[in-house]
Amino acid sequence: MKSICFYFQVHQPFRYRRYRFFDIGNDHYYYDDYANESILRKVADRCYLPANQMMLELIKKHKGKFKIAYSISGLALEQFELYAPEVLDSFKALADTGHVEFLSETYSHSLVSVKNNDLFRQQILEHDRLIEKYFGQKPAVFRNTELIYSDEIGELIADMGYKAMITEGARHILGWKSPNFLYVNAINPRLKVLMRNFKLSDDLAFRFSNQGWNEYPLTAEKYVGWIKSMEKDEIFNIFLDYETFGEHQAAETGIFSFMEQLPDAVFKNSKITFATPSEIAAKFQPVSIVSVPTPISWADEERDLSAWMGNELQDEALNKIYELADRMSKVTDPAMIKDWNYLQASDHFYYMCTKFFSDGEVHKYFNPYESPYEAFINYMNVLSDFKLRLNTFAPESKSQLEIAGLNKILEEKEAKLKKYELEIISLQTKQNVQRSVSSVKTVKEKSPGKKK
Amino acid sequence: MKVLMFGWEFPPHISGGLGTACYGLTKGLAEFEDVSVIFVVPKAYGDEDQSSMKLVGANEVPVTRKQIQFSNLQAKIDFYEVESGMIPYVDPEEFWKLTTKVVSEKTKFVETNSEGKINFSGKYDQNLYQEIYNYSIVAEVIARDNEFDVIHAHDWLAYPAGIAAKRISGKPLVIHVHATDFDRSGGSVNPTVYAMEKEGMDAADQIITVSNMTRNIVIEKYNINPDKVTTVYNAVEPLSQEEKIKLKKGVDEKIVTFLGRITMQKGPEYFVEAANMVLKKMNNVRFVMAGSGDMMNAMVKRAAELKITDRFHFTGFLKGDDVFDMFRMSDVFVMPSVSEPFGIVPLEAMQSNVPVIISYQSGVSEILKYAIKIDYWDTYAMADAIYGLINYPALHNMFKEHGKAEVDNLLWKNSAKNVRDVYLAAIGND
Repeated sequence: MKSICFYFQVHQPFRYRRYRFFDIGNDHYYYDDYANESILRKVADRCYLPANQMMLELIKKHKGKFKIAYSISGLALEQFELYAPEVLDSFKALADTGHVEFLSETYSHSLVSVKNNDLFRQQILEHDRLIEKYFGQKPAVFRNTELIYSDEIGELIADMGYKAMITEGARHILGWKSPNFLYVNAINPRLKVLMRNFKLSDDLAFRFSNQGWNEYPLTAEKYVGWIKSMEKDEIFNIFLDYETFGEHQAAETGIFSFMEQLPDAVFKNSKITFATPSEIAAKFQPVSIVSVPTPISWADEERDLSAWMGNELQDEALNKIYELADRMSKVTDPAMIKDWNYLQASDHFYYMCTKFFSDGEVHKYFNPYESPYEAFINYMNVLSDFKLRLNTFAPESKSQLEIAGLNKILEEKEAKLKKYELEIISLQTKQNVQRSVSSVKTVKEKSPGKKK
Repeated sequence: MKVLMFGWEFPPHISGGLGTACYGLTKGLAEFEDVSVIFVVPKAYGDEDQSSMKLVGANEVPVTRKQIQFSNLQAKIDFYEVESGMIPYVDPEEFWKLTTKVVSEKTKFVETNSEGKINFSGKYDQNLYQEIYNYSIVAEVIARDNEFDVIHAHDWLAYPAGIAAKRISGKPLVIHVHATDFDRSGGSVNPTVYAMEKEGMDAADQIITVSNMTRNIVIEKYNINPDKVTTVYNAVEPLSQEEKIKLKKGVDEKIVTFLGRITMQKGPEYFVEAANMVLKKMNNVRFVMAGSGDMMNAMVKRAAELKITDRFHFTGFLKGDDVFDMFRMSDVFVMPSVSEPFGIVPLEAMQSNVPVIISYQSGVSEILKYAIKIDYWDTYAMADAIYGLINYPALHNMFKEHGKAEVDNLLWKNSAKNVRDVYLAAIGND
C-alpha cells in the first residue's frame, strides 16, 4: 500500500504599519491596512481562488480518490473575512466535498509552543473552534507553526487527544531512516508522526521553475515516476506553502497544469492512492519511534528555530511578549485580545532574523522591513503601547492598580453624570411642555444647560 | 614596487578623514614586502602640532625629507614635506576655521618662518590655487630625483602634482578619490575644482574610489570609463589598549552624539530635528553636537528656537583624545550625512562600543551590517532609531557585541591588498 499525502499551509500575518515611538500612548491602531488588504487580495487572486477552484475540480473529477489537507491559521481566516470572503466560501466548498481535511494549529500561527504550555493549549482550542465553525470538522491531526516539533510538544498534543502530528523529515533527526513511513512520538507512542519528504516537497516549492535545475522542466509523469520507483516506501508527505501555486511559482511556470495532471499520472498503472493525514495515521503501521529532543522546524538549511529565535532581538521580543501572558489571561476586552493574538504571529520574529547571509534570499522575500533592527524597533514600539493599554486592564504594580481603580471610578462617575444629565434634560423638557402654554421664553434660556 | 604618493595631510597633522585614511593605507601597504612608499605632503600651516614633526629648514630648502619607521614592520616609508601654507581640505568649515585662526596666529607664523613666503591675508581661494601649482612644481622635482614604479595621488589637491610627476617620469598614475566636489558642495560645484578633478581622473590610468556611491559619481558626473574605476573601502586602525579605559559619565542619562564638521554636507539640522522629537517623548537623554563649522550658529539658534538647549549641547571642535572621550560617554552615535563618500567616524564609534545610526547616503553604509541605516532626511526614522537604541536594551547590546567584532575585521591590510592590485593593473596597462 502506497499513499501520497498533500497538505497545504495557508497563513497571512497582520502586518504592522510604521509605528513610531511618538505614537506610543497616543495611537492604538497598529496595522498597515493597505498592505494587508492589497497583499491578501493579490494572493487571493493569484493563488487561493484559482488553486481552490482547481482542487475542487480535481476532487470532483476523480470522484473522491483525490484528497488533500489544509492548515489555515486563525489570522488568515480573519483576513479572509475582512478582505476576501469569497476565499472563505471556496474553502467551505472544498470542505463540503468531504475529501478535504482541515488541520489543527495555533490560532495566531505563533511560537507559543516553545514558550508557554497553557497558552499553547488555549490557542489550539481557539483555532479548532474556528475550524469547526467554518468547516464543520473537528480537527484530529495537529500541525504546529512552521512544523515545529519536539518530543515534548508531541506529548502535550497527544494528551490533548490528537491522533497525529505533522513535522519536517529533517535529515539530522532521521539519519538513515526515510521520511516515507509512519513514525510515533518518543514519549507517547499513541501519537503518530508524519514526516515531510523535503526533497519531493521542495522540488515543487523551490525548484519547480528553476531552469538551472538538472530535472527542469518537471512533469507530472517524471515526478510520479520517482514516487513509483521507491518500491518499498509507503507514504509520501508533500507539505507545501499553499502560495506555491501561483505566488511563489507563478501560473506561467505551469505549476497549475502540473498539479492538474498529477492525479492521472498517479492513477495510471499503479495502486498508489491519495490520503489525508488522518487516513494515513489510521491506515498505516508505524515503523518506529522518532526521537526529537530539541525542537525542529521546516525552515532554512538548519531545520531548527533559528529563523524565529536565537538572536538577541528575537529572544528579547519573545520574552517581553510572553511575560504578559498571565496578565492577559484576565483581560476580556475583545480589542485587546485581537491585538494580543496578532502580536504573537511568528512572522514578526522572522523579520528580526539576522541570518541574512545564508538564507537571505528567502527571508527577504517575506520581509516588509529594510533591516532586522527596523523590524525590532517597530515591534517593540507596538508592544510598548500595548503594555500601556494592558496596565489599565490588568495593572502590574500597586500604584498602577490604584490608578486603574481611580480610572474606573472616574469612568463610573462620568457614566452616572451622563445618566443624570439625560434625566435632567428629560425632566426639563417635561416641565417646559407643561409651561409652554404660559411662557416660551424660559425654555430658550434654560436649553443651553443641556450641553454641560 | 616603489610607490610615489602625494597626499595633503599626514598624522599627526590631520583635520579630517583624509589624513587618517592615508596613514592607515600606507601602514597597510608597508606590510607587503614588495611595496615601498614615498609619501609627499605639503607642510601644514599654522598647525599646533608643527613642532612635533621636527621640520628642519623648511623655508630654505623647498623639500625636506624624513623617514618614518612603523613599529614591527619591515618596510620604511619615506616621508616628504613640501613647504606650503596649504590646508588639507577646501570646504566651508575649513575656511571658517582658517579665517578665525589666521587672525590670531599670524604673528606666530611670521616668527617661525622668517621669510614668510606665503601671504595669507584672507585671500584664501586665490592662494590655494597658487599652492596647488607650487605643489605640482615640487612634485616634478621629486619625480626627477627618485625612482618609482607608480604614482598615487590622494584627492583633487594632489591631482596636479600626480599629473606633473607622470609627465616627467612617464610612470602610471593612480588617483584616489576620497571625495568629490559634489559631496563637499552639495551640488553647487565649483567649476575650477571640478575641472581639476576631471583633469586628474582623465589623466589617471586607474582610479580608486572609497565607495560605490563615489564610484558612481565619478562615472556619471565626470564621465569616466567604468573599467578603470575600482572601489576600495577604507578600514580603521585598531584601538591601542590604553585608549580603552572607560570614562565615567557625569550624569546618569543617555547621551546621543553627532560628531563631525557642522556643515551642510553632514546634515546637522536633521539631527537637531530628530533630537527635538525624542525629547518630546522622554527626558533622561541628552544630545551632543560635537564639532565646529559654518552651520554651527544656525544650529544653536534652531535648538534655542525649539527650547531644547537644556538637553542639547555643543562642544565646539574636538581634537585627538577628546573624540574618544566623547565616544566613551555616548550611548548612540548618529551620522546623518547628506553625502558622505566613505565616513570613517562611525567605525571609530563602533570601536568604542557605541551603536551607530548612519545615513544610506554614506559610503560606509555599503559595508556595515551592524548599523541602523536611514535616509538622512527621514527625521522620523532617525528619531525612532535613537529611541529604540535607548529604550530597548537588547538592540543596544546586539550592536555593542557584534558591531565591535565587525569593525575589528575591517583591516587596512585588506584594503592595501586591493590597492596593490590596482597598482599592478596600472603598471600592466602601461
